[in-house]
Amino acid sequence: MILVPGRSQKQGTSLNKGKLKDEYLTVTTTAEMNESDMQRMKLVNGDKIQLKSDVGQAVVTCKSKKKEDLPAGMIFIPYGPSSSQLMASDTAASGMPMSKHMEVIVTKV
Amino acid sequence: MPEVIQSKPKEKKNIKIVKDATCTFCGCVCDDMELTVDLDEHRITKAKNACVLGRAWFYEHVLEDRPVVLIDGKEATLEEGMDTAAQILVDAKFPITYGLSDCTCEAQRVAVDIMDTINGNVDTTTSVCHGPSGMAFQGVGESTATLGEIRNRADLVIYWGGNPAESHPRHFTRYAVTPKGMYIPNGKKDRTVVLVDVRKTSSTPVADIFVQVKPGKDFEVLWALRALVKGKRISKDIEEQTGVSREMLDDLVYRMKNCQYGVLFLGMGLTMTRGRHFNSGAVYSLAADLNEFTHFVAKPVRGHGNVTGADNVVSWQTGYPFGVNFNRGYPRFNPGEFTTSDVLARGETDAAMIIASDPASNFSRRAIEHLAKIPVITMDTKETHTTKISKVRFAVATYGINTGGTVYRMDDVPISLRPAFDSPFPTDQEVLEGIRQRVKRLLTGSKARTAF
Repeated sequence: MILVPGRSQKQGTSLNKGKLKDEYLTVTTTAEMNESDMQRMKLVNGDKIQLKSDVGQAVVTCKSKKKEDLPAGMIFIPYGPSSSQLMASDTAASGMPMSKHMEVIVTKV
Repeated sequence: MPEVIQSKPKEKKNIKIVKDATCTFCGCVCDDMELTVDLDEHRITKAKNACVLGRAWFYEHVLEDRPVVLIDGKEATLEEGMDTAAQILVDAKFPITYGLSDCTCEAQRVAVDIMDTINGNVDTTTSVCHGPSGMAFQGVGESTATLGEIRNRADLVIYWGGNPAESHPRHFTRYAVTPKGMYIPNGKKDRTVVLVDVRKTSSTPVADIFVQVKPGKDFEVLWALRALVKGKRISKDIEEQTGVSREMLDDLVYRMKNCQYGVLFLGMGLTMTRGRHFNSGAVYSLAADLNEFTHFVAKPVRGHGNVTGADNVVSWQTGYPFGVNFNRGYPRFNPGEFTTSDVLARGETDAAMIIASDPASNFSRRAIEHLAKIPVITMDTKETHTTKISKVRFAVATYGINTGGTVYRMDDVPISLRPAFDSPFPTDQEVLEGIRQRVKRLLTGSKARTAF
């Protein structure tokens, strides 16, 4: 599946409280998935899933999004330590690692 | 000067009102805040005009009870911290500084000077933000404008690869969507707003037209638009390739060529994904092409409060905006070689000074692993993953809340800060000045650092 990390409002407000605080850690370990994908994988809101890329892995909580809001095959997660673990270091001579559009394998934990 | 009114109402609280204060949470740098400050409790209790992110910024930055300096986890004096930091930087063969987007321009210029003095490497969070747009800017130029001009004139507003409703909430209401302008008397009614993204977001309802692109296909859509603007043919299977229909592309081209004043706002959905600087270059080129028909500009939507200031300050002092290396005694710019993510991931640096940033959270695993092996100096207002692995950690005052100074809005407009209350913690600038003084003292009398 394609993982697209990005900003979210809760991430923005919680980082002001502190990046080591529970609220920020919860926000940045909650991934949004298309509801059809979740049904296919027999997942319900709150289930733990493992995201695995070529360079790392992370265990996060899944939360459903309507299929018209998030295309099938796509996962959104607010930026944070979990998404960084999945990011390759290569920047293709640009300085910018591929921070969005990461290919990940998703399994139920 | 800030208009400050002090009063003691019936609760006998020592309250201060700061008018026209500036929020430095994001690149919008809204300078119309009215802050109510409880001087007894040293906190802001009300932030009139602030968005949800701004309110969190003002309310959560209180004075925390923690040591000003920790060295190897043990409390130390400010002087000891600055001594140790200076020694680390002078002893290093390849010292770097990184961050800088959440401190004042006055602090940024000292950090650059320190790296210039010790032949180090200076990079800012721009390299993992709109660095690719900076590279594209050098390649194809930028048809540009201030947000004020956009507010007063733009009747076609296109957001591409961004979600301002969550990342820059007042971008819509203060600058580009709803405000009434000189030539936009009815606000949103006089504008067409287009949002281009790979998914629906909280920003989508604001748009009159939503264009959903397949992930990683932004460049193809932008290049097709350029071709259509110039009257060229495009591939018949464009919809299959990109997810965007020919009819939608034709409609966009018609709107872009026939508006009075158009703007393309670039989000990080363009710079952080496949294509990177080619995507940004395609946006800049499209905006330039459209000037054959109407007036069109393009602007990156910048994240941190003074990341634009960092670009400006590093450019003034070195000639380049980020990823600058002084190893040879003169500045060299090369993204991929001197950008921090790469320097760390390749294990090249042996000391890092991190200012107002958290690479131990945001960088790749390989880069973080190297950062954890070398001596790290940090300056931050709060504990972060990076402060946790620091050898020397300075707790500093919050810029814009506790300190004055200068920041640049995302459209390169400089704005002065109006602090709300004093902090017992030093400013980034004070700590950096102390380190610079010590670095120069350590180098004086010894053989000058040799460029290699």
